[in-house]
Amino acid sequence: MSLFSKENGEVFMGPLNLNNPIAVQVLGICSALAVTSQLKPAIVMGLSVTVITAFSNVIISLIRKTIPNRIRIIVQLVVVAALVTVVSNILKAYVYDVSVQLSVYVGLIITNCILMGRLEAFAMQNGPWESFLDGIGNGLGYAIVLVAVGFVREILGFGTLLDFQIIPDSAFVENGGLYMNNGMMTMPAMALILVACFIWVHRSINKNIEQ
Amino acid sequence: MEHFISLFVRSIFVDNMIFAFFLGMCSYLAVSKTVKTSFGLGIAVTFVLLTTVPVDYLLQTKVLADGALVEGVDLTFLAFILFIAVIAGIVQLVEMVVERFSPSLYAALGIFLPLIAVNCAIMGASLFMQQRIMLDPATSTQAISGISDCFAYALGSGIGWTLAIVCLAAIREKMAYSDVPKPLQGLGITFIIVGLMAMAFMCFSGLKI
Repeated sequence: MSLFSKENGEVFMGPLNLNNPIAVQVLGICSALAVTSQLKPAIVMGLSVTVITAFSNVIISLIRKTIPNRIRIIVQLVVVAALVTVVSNILKAYVYDVSVQLSVYVGLIITNCILMGRLEAFAMQNGPWESFLDGIGNGLGYAIVLVAVGFVREILGFGTLLDFQIIPDSAFVENGGLYMNNGMMTMPAMALILVACFIWVHRSINKNIEQ
Repeated sequence: MEHFISLFVRSIFVDNMIFAFFLGMCSYLAVSKTVKTSFGLGIAVTFVLLTTVPVDYLLQTKVLADGALVEGVDLTFLAFILFIAVIAGIVQLVEMVVERFSPSLYAALGIFLPLIAVNCAIMGASLFMQQRIMLDPATSTQAISGISDCFAYALGSGIGWTLAIVCLAAIREKMAYSDVPKPLQGLGITFIIVGLMAMAFMCFSGLKI
């Protein structure tokens, strides 16, 4: 199978829309809801999960024929935990304020269902290059949902976007205008309803997803 | 004693694992179709929490913390690997105990018992415990400063999770005959229900024990 064949293209493009990990496969919900109150942590989280999924897929795919079946889950967990430790320390070193905002959710990537799901369903049966593409595809599908939710929540909840004040200061009630930030958007409850709206739109557009 | 009760009650309602932190959502959404299985899973999660959080506390304070094992050696970078190994091991033990003492419960839970090992709620409780050791008990109601506080936190978190999943299962059972628009059926309407329940639980945030 060539490097960029049609099948590989489907492996990569599938999770971006029709097989989206959050909207269709229902995986990785926990962190999608918790870190999206602002756009920057959402982007950082999406990128971290993409990198970790891709590389853990590759590693497990390379050693898949030598893992004894009874300790399969433990081996997968240890590989993912090691990768997450590395990524967590890189985040602490280079974007410390975001890593404090993400707090435990970086560590919780280990138990993120997307990783375990893709390792079991794909990496254990396919070669390294396909597993890498599958990891990147699923990670990006997950990141798209995170960025969409984080975008809406930050604009409506804070009026800013990545430290840029989008809604002008003069429009706020305190400064004589009529606009107030929607405080509910910063609360966890709203994240659930926003993801529900995203799933509603996604399923209305893609009518051929079976339940 | 007061701190113990405060930690316990706050872990159930204010710092609810599902509604405040969204931990354990995947198995939460998958299992909450009937009240009976939800209750069984909730009890299993509570039991695993009660065993893993104190063990991880001892591991953190006696082995991993700065200067705990040998002066000047900080092993906290090993926390993720060690915690997940402890959790996987304890879940295996719980599986064997349940199979020996209650084969019917073992058969009813099926695949979900080993899946508790990758439940975010278990790992999340240990990681939160790791953060809360740093807090000062005098100023913060969330601080954990001893093994009894660990038990209060673990028991409260487990009961809170069980409460959330049983409530959702009860609502979903009643909703089986409702007329939900097609794109919202299944996953979408479940999210909206959980969102409304989370809003309701926000009213507990002013709790003063």
